[in-house]
Amino acid sequence: MGLKKPMAVTLIGWALLGGLQPALADEEDNQDRAARWKQLQESLFPHRQVLDAGGIITVDAPPRALDAALVPVELHIAANKPVKSVYLVIDDNPAPMAAHFVFGPKADPRDLKLRVRVNAYTNIHAIAETQDGQLHAATKFVKAAGGCSAPAGPDDNAALADIGRMKLRLLGDFNAGKPMQAQLMIRHPNFNGMQMNQITRYFTPARFIRTIDATYDGGQVFHLDADISLSTDPVITFGFVPHAKGQMKVVAQDSSNATFDHSFDVPGTPAG
Amino acid sequence: MSANRYLSRRNVLSGLCACGFAGLTRAAASAAAAPAAAAVQTFATDEVAAGIHIRRGVDEDATAANEGAIANIGFIVGRDAVAVMDPGGSLVDGQRLRATIRKATSLPIRYVVMSHVHPDHIFGAGAFTEDKPQFVGHARLPNALAQRGEYYRMHLDQILGTGRSGPVINPTQLVKDQSRIDLGGRILEITAHGNAHTDCDLSVLDPQTGTLLLSDLLFVQRVPSLDGSLKGWLTELARLKNVNARRAVPGHGPTGVDWPAASRDLERYLGTLQRETQQAIAKGIDIGQAAKTVALSERNKWTLFDDYNGHNVTRAYKELEWD
Repeated sequence: MGLKKPMAVTLIGWALLGGLQPALADEEDNQDRAARWKQLQESLFPHRQVLDAGGIITVDAPPRALDAALVPVELHIAANKPVKSVYLVIDDNPAPMAAHFVFGPKADPRDLKLRVRVNAYTNIHAIAETQDGQLHAATKFVKAAGGCSAPAGPDDNAALADIGRMKLRLLGDFNAGKPMQAQLMIRHPNFNGMQMNQITRYFTPARFIRTIDATYDGGQVFHLDADISLSTDPVITFGFVPHAKGQMKVVAQDSSNATFDHSFDVPGTPAG
Repeated sequence: MSANRYLSRRNVLSGLCACGFAGLTRAAASAAAAPAAAAVQTFATDEVAAGIHIRRGVDEDATAANEGAIANIGFIVGRDAVAVMDPGGSLVDGQRLRATIRKATSLPIRYVVMSHVHPDHIFGAGAFTEDKPQFVGHARLPNALAQRGEYYRMHLDQILGTGRSGPVINPTQLVKDQSRIDLGGRILEITAHGNAHTDCDLSVLDPQTGTLLLSDLLFVQRVPSLDGSLKGWLTELARLKNVNARRAVPGHGPTGVDWPAASRDLERYLGTLQRETQQAIAKGIDIGQAAKTVALSERNKWTLFDDYNGHNVTRAYKELEWD
């Protein structure tokens, strides 16, 4: 991955307020970060130009995360130019490409929310890919550390017991034909392979959600390619355009090739 | 992870830069005393009930200046033996507790109760290994220590200085439901609780004096930190209020408080946290926004509120959104 700093050294997760990293010189870090992003662009988007956000996309996250293992990130896409996909890159995470959403015909891509792990003070880049193939990147600097290797919940077995359970909540008012937001929740520990059991000295093996497909009445809402950076029990808030009555089908597949699927009547799952 | 709530950066910085002469002098003194290993300092304790001695922790996060001595810790003296609860927030905190016990009594230290996994309560355990006591812990404590012990130690070392946090000590006597320990003429009742403040909380009742040692199942004045289950904590608290005790020892705050009256503030805080988080979820307010808006009516009622409340909300939200 071309990690800039080895995991063991990055002071990670010093829980809540972000650890001891701030002692590092900011100036130097800014240069490092620019170099890091340049390198990432070349490896993630070879031979393509990444343009400024240009008002097409913005990304928001708390400047100082309360919990590095659960950093809420919001992406907003302006409606003025059709966007076919969005990439979320967490520059200094061990696997920087956190998520790639490809929107289908049933999507309303304007607002997207997800929760991620952040391993070190880092830039987060959201890159919109427009229908004509241009890439536009927005940036947000986040102070959080340790979200990747911080111990997960106290009990790995308990975390696996409920795996694959799903909820879908509709947010706001339901009006057929009008775009609305829905929140998809999936029970999954999303072990990223970086949590060590201190007695056995083994790392809990990685097991995380790789793909999610949401379809509404047979039409794609989104396809998500994810990696180890999604938080435990992934929660994704997305937009779609409902009919008077329909079904949202969600299929998730994890790195152990387990498939979880669920169909939800829409409307029929009121918020709360 | 809420794992490290007591070791936050704000206080690392204040400990290193802003604590003034008192902190520096104390740190320097202990550093000088350490190699001699002869005169370990003692500290003042309150005798909250006959034979129950508690040191009040400072309402701060762990820093180099306070050397991790931020939790209420102490000991109970019986006819034949002594029990420790808790052993302290760092090796030196434990050593000072041991010296304090030795000044008070020469009875053997047979039990060291480790109330839960958090470092501010148990990293002093290493100071007692020479006494060969039973280290008493919740049946889930070994697992919690396996997940987090070394991680805590590494990070506490960053704050206190390398090697100063103390070793990770595993419990030798596990409590699954209830257990008793006999100090001679004084039998302590130990209860292993369901998921509450953490998933491995123990409380100790001394029926003789009607004293309930609750560790972090009870916070007074210092803002509670949630690292287990909000609903579980409220359940355990309701149960604990019915325990026949007139006095309690909280994990943080004054050393002795009236029971169950002193549960009121904690119960109100947790209730507010639950109610307002549920409301936020119902309204579709996302987790990040909820962390900024929930339970703010509690803000003036607790120390360190801003350092912990947002994290508590995040924790509560994650638990309640699946209901």
